[in-house]
Amino acid sequence: MTGGGTAQFEAHGERTLIVEPAQLVEEALRLRDEEGFNFLSDVTAVDYFGWASTPVSGYIGTVGGRDLNSPMTQGYQAVPGPKPKRFAMNYHLLAIGPEPRRLRLQTWVDEGEAVPTVIEVWPTADWHEREAWDLMGIEIEGHPNLKRILLDDDWEGHPLRKDYPLGGEPVRFSEER
Amino acid sequence: MAIAPPRSRPSIYEGTRIPGPIPTVLRTSTEIQATGDVMTVNFGPNHPSTHGVLRLIVDLYGEDVTGLEAVIGYLHTGFEKNMEHKTWWKCITYPERIDYVSYQNNEYVFVGAVEKLLAIDVPPKAVWMRTLLCELNRIHSHLVWLGTAALELGAISMFWYAFRERDQILDLFELVAGYRMHTRYFQVGGLAEDIPRGFYPEARKFCDWMPKAIDDYETLLTRNKIWLERTEGIGLLSAADAIALGQSGPVLRGSGVDWDLRRNEPYLAYHQVDFRVPVFPEGDVYARYRVRIEEMRESVRIVEQCLDRLEKMGGEPWIADDRKVVLPPRHELHTSMESLIHHFKIVTEGFRVPEGEVYFAIESPRGELGCYVCSDGGPKPWRVKFRAPSFVALEATATCMSDALIADMIAIVGSLDTVMGEVDR
Repeated sequence: MTGGGTAQFEAHGERTLIVEPAQLVEEALRLRDEEGFNFLSDVTAVDYFGWASTPVSGYIGTVGGRDLNSPMTQGYQAVPGPKPKRFAMNYHLLAIGPEPRRLRLQTWVDEGEAVPTVIEVWPTADWHEREAWDLMGIEIEGHPNLKRILLDDDWEGHPLRKDYPLGGEPVRFSEER
Repeated sequence: MAIAPPRSRPSIYEGTRIPGPIPTVLRTSTEIQATGDVMTVNFGPNHPSTHGVLRLIVDLYGEDVTGLEAVIGYLHTGFEKNMEHKTWWKCITYPERIDYVSYQNNEYVFVGAVEKLLAIDVPPKAVWMRTLLCELNRIHSHLVWLGTAALELGAISMFWYAFRERDQILDLFELVAGYRMHTRYFQVGGLAEDIPRGFYPEARKFCDWMPKAIDDYETLLTRNKIWLERTEGIGLLSAADAIALGQSGPVLRGSGVDWDLRRNEPYLAYHQVDFRVPVFPEGDVYARYRVRIEEMRESVRIVEQCLDRLEKMGGEPWIADDRKVVLPPRHELHTSMESLIHHFKIVTEGFRVPEGEVYFAIESPRGELGCYVCSDGGPKPWRVKFRAPSFVALEATATCMSDALIADMIAIVGSLDTVMGEVDR
């Protein structure tokens, strides 16, 4: 059904279409106008910094389901599959119509690379993209109002990044003289 | 200027009213700005009519709202960051507190997303009980909305009536889970405990009473002259604009879009129950009110159907028998070493969820509530993100208020039914 994009796959009953950031707007317009994905549910930015640096052990299920009688990976270590770049931007699309369909439009960027805005395609992207900038530090190119949305205007850093500590807020006037 | 002239009731518009270039910010036109009579007012964040800590920066020209920008974030608590540092098991308490009015729906969306990754089978008793509680919770949420939104427009008695029935629902929650709010009754794999004796008759009593109570609300409001004056033709949003702005739930259905995830993408037991999806095409505050009132009636019907099924399920399991994910029965801990180990591992280390990412969406009382979950195969989530319907609803404020008066602002913000905990997360 969906033709464009660099790769697509299906997992857990969900379809994912991967595109380069440069083709994002073009692909988004095609999906909206030709395939009926008229509704942008959500934009999620994910930071994969440190992903697969430590293997995980214990029970690891399979995509196909869980068979309690088959041997498990208990004790064996597994490394999660590699990711192409540090950040993923996921656009969760929905086709409101007689045949409801969902699609995840995914694009990958590294630190310092920008993602073009999709406000022209789905106006609802405005706040979602501001949130991605605010909490994850994803540069949104062409956004008319790219400023912090959930945090203070003078906040430093982007807290949802994996290298941002939990509870690492500096305390003023605490330095020893 | 000065006192606003009486207006004829506008009907839903053609074309689009989404302001540009920023879809969520309404700017005062330069002609009006040039008159020098524009006053910029801060509405909130601490104001009883903002449903929490919403701040609106409003440009007023007399009584007309000519410019508007919503500012959020005053209740940001970093739920998503915190959840990355908790085991899957402990995470379940967080989503409930994101939207503290529809906690069971929020709880379910996270549990459901994890179950989707685990591909675990949930026993039918748990599925039906979850459906029942989600619907009770929908009534609860709409009652809180009805009480507060009507209160803000001057119908103080509505608040007492709505909270009377809300209290009955909280009693039912307390009976089931021991807590009136934030019940944490859903576990990955099913329910935390069996349904207590005495719940079914109490729930039946409520189902018998509730339709009469809804009739009461309607006699107070539906044809009330003042209520109609304050809500009809106010806060217009066309179907096309609603979809473009990502609106969902009662706001979308109040704009004439026949879309409900319970019917269009059935989850839980919704494909097995009979219910109607109320749709009103007017796109104003009144239409959203009507949608919510009708939804409460339908929810009562769903609860009754769930009770019909559940009453025949005595003695059936309420949680999946999967020892890698679900805590073993308490009595086994005294006799089985294996169970003791499972119990210890699940509580200390947490269970593991297969690597992958899912987006799971349900119809919460406020609309499409989505949960994106990413796992690296370990005992803690790599990333959790909630698609909060309230967050998206506030994006529509600028469009809805393009011809509003200052007094309509309260009605419009109220009709979008936002919970600030969910907006700011």
